[in-house]
Amino acid sequence: MQMTGAEIFVECLKREGVEVIFGYPGGAVLPIYDAIFQQSHFKHILVRHEQAALHAANGYARVSGKCGVSLVTSGPGATNAITGLADSNADSIPNVCFTGQVPLALIGTDAFQEADIIGITRSATKHNFLVKDVKDLAMTIRQAFHIATTGRPGSVVVDIPKDLGFAKCEFEWPEEVNMRSYQPKTSGHSGQIKKAIKAMLKAKRPMLYSGGGIMNAVGSAALLKTLAHQLNAPVTNTLMGLGGIPFDDKHFVGMLGMHGTYEANMAVSHCDLLVSIGARFDDRVTGRLNAFAPDAKIIHIDVDPTSISKNVDADLPIVGDVGIVLQQMLEELSHQGGVPDVEALKLWWQQIDEWRAKDSLGFEQSTEGPIKPQTVIHKVHDITKGNAIVTTDVGQHQMWAAQHYGFREPHKFLTSGGLGTMGYGLPAAVGAAMAFPDEPIVVFTGDASIQMCIQELATAYQYRQKIVVVLLNNAYMGMVRQWQEMFHESRFSHSYFDSLPDFAKLAEAYGGVGITVDTLDELDKALEVAFGSQESFVFLDIAVAKEENVFPMVPAGAALNEMVLA
Amino acid sequence: MRHTITILVENEFGVLTRIAGLFSARGYNIETLNVAPTLDETVSRLTLVTHGDEKIIEQIKKQLNKLIPVIKVEDISYAVHLERGMLMVKAIDAGDLREKAEQAGANIIDHEAGNYFIAEFAGTPEALDEFLASVDDEYVIESTRTGPVGMRRGSKGFVV
Repeated sequence: MQMTGAEIFVECLKREGVEVIFGYPGGAVLPIYDAIFQQSHFKHILVRHEQAALHAANGYARVSGKCGVSLVTSGPGATNAITGLADSNADSIPNVCFTGQVPLALIGTDAFQEADIIGITRSATKHNFLVKDVKDLAMTIRQAFHIATTGRPGSVVVDIPKDLGFAKCEFEWPEEVNMRSYQPKTSGHSGQIKKAIKAMLKAKRPMLYSGGGIMNAVGSAALLKTLAHQLNAPVTNTLMGLGGIPFDDKHFVGMLGMHGTYEANMAVSHCDLLVSIGARFDDRVTGRLNAFAPDAKIIHIDVDPTSISKNVDADLPIVGDVGIVLQQMLEELSHQGGVPDVEALKLWWQQIDEWRAKDSLGFEQSTEGPIKPQTVIHKVHDITKGNAIVTTDVGQHQMWAAQHYGFREPHKFLTSGGLGTMGYGLPAAVGAAMAFPDEPIVVFTGDASIQMCIQELATAYQYRQKIVVVLLNNAYMGMVRQWQEMFHESRFSHSYFDSLPDFAKLAEAYGGVGITVDTLDELDKALEVAFGSQESFVFLDIAVAKEENVFPMVPAGAALNEMVLA
Repeated sequence: MRHTITILVENEFGVLTRIAGLFSARGYNIETLNVAPTLDETVSRLTLVTHGDEKIIEQIKKQLNKLIPVIKVEDISYAVHLERGMLMVKAIDAGDLREKAEQAGANIIDHEAGNYFIAEFAGTPEALDEFLASVDDEYVIESTRTGPVGMRRGSKGFVV
């Protein structure tokens, strides 16, 4: 059947099972938008800035387990999307972005709204395509989804010149995608898995360290929990891995790394076996490399071979999908039938409990004094019973949310871990709300971060999303201020805002409910309103202790066991 | 240490930029790079010479493999392998310079007696260095050389 490129675009998305896309129209994508207008297979969510389209698609992908999809125009539309592409790629989130391009004949002529998007996005994506012939469009879209969602997921750009939208060809749906140059490995090497289980059973001080890989391998969280329980081993999560094991599981020792718990960092520093499961030894996790897990044999399970032995040398590498590898490990464990070293583990847990007793996340909230940001997080946990989808921006509030909210399940904590993108939280919540409109969705944000994508309140209002924005307002770029206080002798260079807007009024202007909170008393009432039956988004502007710092902290360049507790 | 890496890639536009971009983005160095389509015109073959310790070379190989259009990567440095490059030198045709070049194994592919000649020389990178050093600098008008191409000895082929 003859179809235009724009019709092929719609047909391919339908066949890929796409239910929602996020986008912003413009000249080069007008033919595609015209086809979207005439279809009912998927919804289009109109954002207010292309960066937000990518973050929303990312948020949607993380909670739904599907591929995020966005559509932007050429030139500035596409360049605005780059932060979102790099963000999804750093956090291994499947995200396909369609960018308009000037007509084929104009490419390379510095045409209006022309940018070399393939060149610009090459290092911000897992892969990118320029489609030069409408006959290649269907196969390219198929390959884009295949690449974005398999192996180590990431962002993929498909650049479509405007005239391809009008051009016609016979539509043929490629039933299969088979790329000889791209064959990601899924199951782990059985010999390596045998060795790994032997090492786990022999270990006297084992430690499991899991990351975002658990989120991407659907169903793997349950396997992780089973493995931890069968080995009676402590589990720590990276920022990206929070929710990989329930926060109240006694095997969970908290997040590790720069703002990890004392017990997690001490356990990593003293373990004799560290099993990394879908994590990549980021510098924020390891601290000073030469002092990282000095006594441990390292087993590293990752779907991406480049992550293995990049920062920390693995003694036993296992390339594969963590879900499949964990399944193989559990089978091998029951096959070998061994038991872990009960006596050694008893001593190990005694030691861990001693570290735990330090209560490194403890804080004091006076009844009269200013609201502590940690208090807000705990109260939000309580009122949402720990079941909310939580998104964050980047900075102090992000770390407090990670430390204090307490996640029961995977896919509930959406944060920009790798790239550290301020402005991620609100649009990510917009995306998550498209997948789960009836779930509580909370954006923890700061007064600096929220202003980077605040225009998305308009999107949230347009689609009547009941997002709750919890702004921990300390009138500083808090994390910058904290580093300036600790490492730059309190020279607060440009980290202070003395012209913050009235956020509650701003929220009202965007159509939502805005509430300013100054006291603990007001906080409880405001939370009740926010999580009651609302018709629109609610924005809580909460004045928190201005100079509260995030602790514990491993200063940059220090070892994990050299952390500052308060 | 110097490593010679051979790579098979899909013969499509932009592949070379992806490889060069990978090296610059990650701070690896490319000493030489050769690329041309193979007998199977859907595939191009590259020979890349780089420097680095074991850990870096391991990362380079993995990162190359991670590029979507890269089909196969092999570090042939440790195998018994052959490398050949080519050199062209344009020099002033003075004295017995041309005869000496021919005696050293070069082909004279163009010349105008008493004015200039162009010598073509193929061989190992070391042989190229030696040949170039043997021609007196002050007579050289210009020179250009390729990086080496390479393959393993033995009957086994590096193909798709």
